[in-house]
Amino acid sequence: MRSQNDTISCRHCCIKVSGLTVAYGKSLVLDGVELHIHCGEVIAIVGPNGAGKTTLLRAILGEVPYRGRMEFLQGARPRKPRIGYVPQKIQVDPDSPISVMDLVVAAISARPVWLGVSRALAAQAGDVLKRFSAEHLSACRIGDLSGGELQRVLLAIAMTKEPELLLLDEPGTGVDMQGLALFYKLVRDLRERHDISVIIVTHDLAGISPYVDRIVLLDHAIIAQGSPAEVLSNDAMIRAFGPGLWNVSSLPEISSGKGKA
Amino acid sequence: MIEHWYRLIDIVLPFGWAHYTFMKNALLAVILVAPVFAVLGTMVISSRMVFFTEVLGHSALAGIAIGVLCGFSDPSWSMLGMAVFLAVLVNVIKSTTRASMDTVLGVFMAFMVALGVAILSRQGGFAKYTKYLIGDILTVTPGEIVGISVIFILVLTYWYAVGNALVLSSVNGALARSRGIRTFLVETSFTLLLAVVVMMSIRLVGILIINSLLVLPAAASRNVTRSLRAYTAVAAGISLVCGVAGLVASYFWDTATGATIVLFAVACYVVSVGGKVLAGRGSARE
Repeated sequence: MRSQNDTISCRHCCIKVSGLTVAYGKSLVLDGVELHIHCGEVIAIVGPNGAGKTTLLRAILGEVPYRGRMEFLQGARPRKPRIGYVPQKIQVDPDSPISVMDLVVAAISARPVWLGVSRALAAQAGDVLKRFSAEHLSACRIGDLSGGELQRVLLAIAMTKEPELLLLDEPGTGVDMQGLALFYKLVRDLRERHDISVIIVTHDLAGISPYVDRIVLLDHAIIAQGSPAEVLSNDAMIRAFGPGLWNVSSLPEISSGKGKA
Repeated sequence: MIEHWYRLIDIVLPFGWAHYTFMKNALLAVILVAPVFAVLGTMVISSRMVFFTEVLGHSALAGIAIGVLCGFSDPSWSMLGMAVFLAVLVNVIKSTTRASMDTVLGVFMAFMVALGVAILSRQGGFAKYTKYLIGDILTVTPGEIVGISVIFILVLTYWYAVGNALVLSSVNGALARSRGIRTFLVETSFTLLLAVVVMMSIRLVGILIINSLLVLPAAASRNVTRSLRAYTAVAAGISLVCGVAGLVASYFWDTATGATIVLFAVACYVVSVGGKVLAGRGSARE
């Protein structure tokens, strides 16, 4: 269906970022970032700690002030796309009484959750969770979830907005390998079904590669970009990026546990 | 209106302690204030604002002092002004800097308490003001009960309208903002509401223990509940039961009512910790 008409896929989010610069105080976190995000594309932004990956997402979200241009080319009338956002591993109090059901319903409904969840809303929330293999978690307290489970719940919540652009910030943090593979697979399936653009910020160059169309190497500015095959096979590209990436890309194999910060 | 209440109490509670008008007034005040405190407390804990509300309560001292300096006969307004100032200040600091709020609040509390005590203790006159430290719910007037009723309705309305936004903001600010929630507005309005409720209740409950009343029922409820609805309902229930039990007990023991209520709430908290431990053992065995 999609291939019949290019304008259908291009109705969805196309973002043109040019000269994007963000400074925290005196330090330049992002310096003249040039990035085009095509419609229905899944890209990974990879870079060392402090490279400005999360800041780039926050700039797209409108959370931090920036200089430069961010154009949303949305068919005839450009407008900011609906953005779904899955934050980096969020801090949840282990004794928080908020259940997964509460969180989903608080996000999708105006009816106050503290009055209880109606049967209709519970069913709706169940459907939302089911799409991301999380329906069995609905009665759990959010503090009791593993990293991977919480990420899936947050992804399910983000998708209820039917976003045109999905931003995932370090989905690998605190998630075991198995959970991460499931998460990436769900994201890839999403793109096939919903035709949305996805930006994944990650350390995990090797792990993310099978699931994305393009890898962007970021270190304050865009250092290099290309298809996963190009990036992984191109020594020059990785060398240009600095020795840091070598360590980073081999990290997941070494420490696959939850302790990875 | 209040006559109906008096008559109702005479019928429902034909006990000696309930015979007195001041006890009838106090009972009504407790029944209105307790659930409001519990409901606000659930979010105070979820948003990690326990220390902030402690500071809020203590800043009342400076508010009273400023009221006295200005020659107000009733320092409620200067207390309220101080609380609103503090609530806005904290939200601005929180959203604009990365300073550790813990430290900022600690310094602020030290300043507020010292300023209040210094001014109020001039010429050895502090004893006059100890009533604000301990509070006195037994002298609540029908006029004040009308004010408490207004707050009761205000808080429930706010909770109905903003409850879900508060829940999402407390879980993660960026997540809430990505869903179109204006978190600064939500958080500021919540702290303002807290400031108003705390300041209006200081005279009744007392600076020293107001935070306990706010936090303990929710803290106890948190130990034994697994959903927001249960969290809110159990907190309100604990607060109500402890409020009434504390009021009646303080009558017989001739103790300060606020402190007696808090003792009951502490007992509930201890029981809830026991319940949590037992539940943990039970699920571990399964």
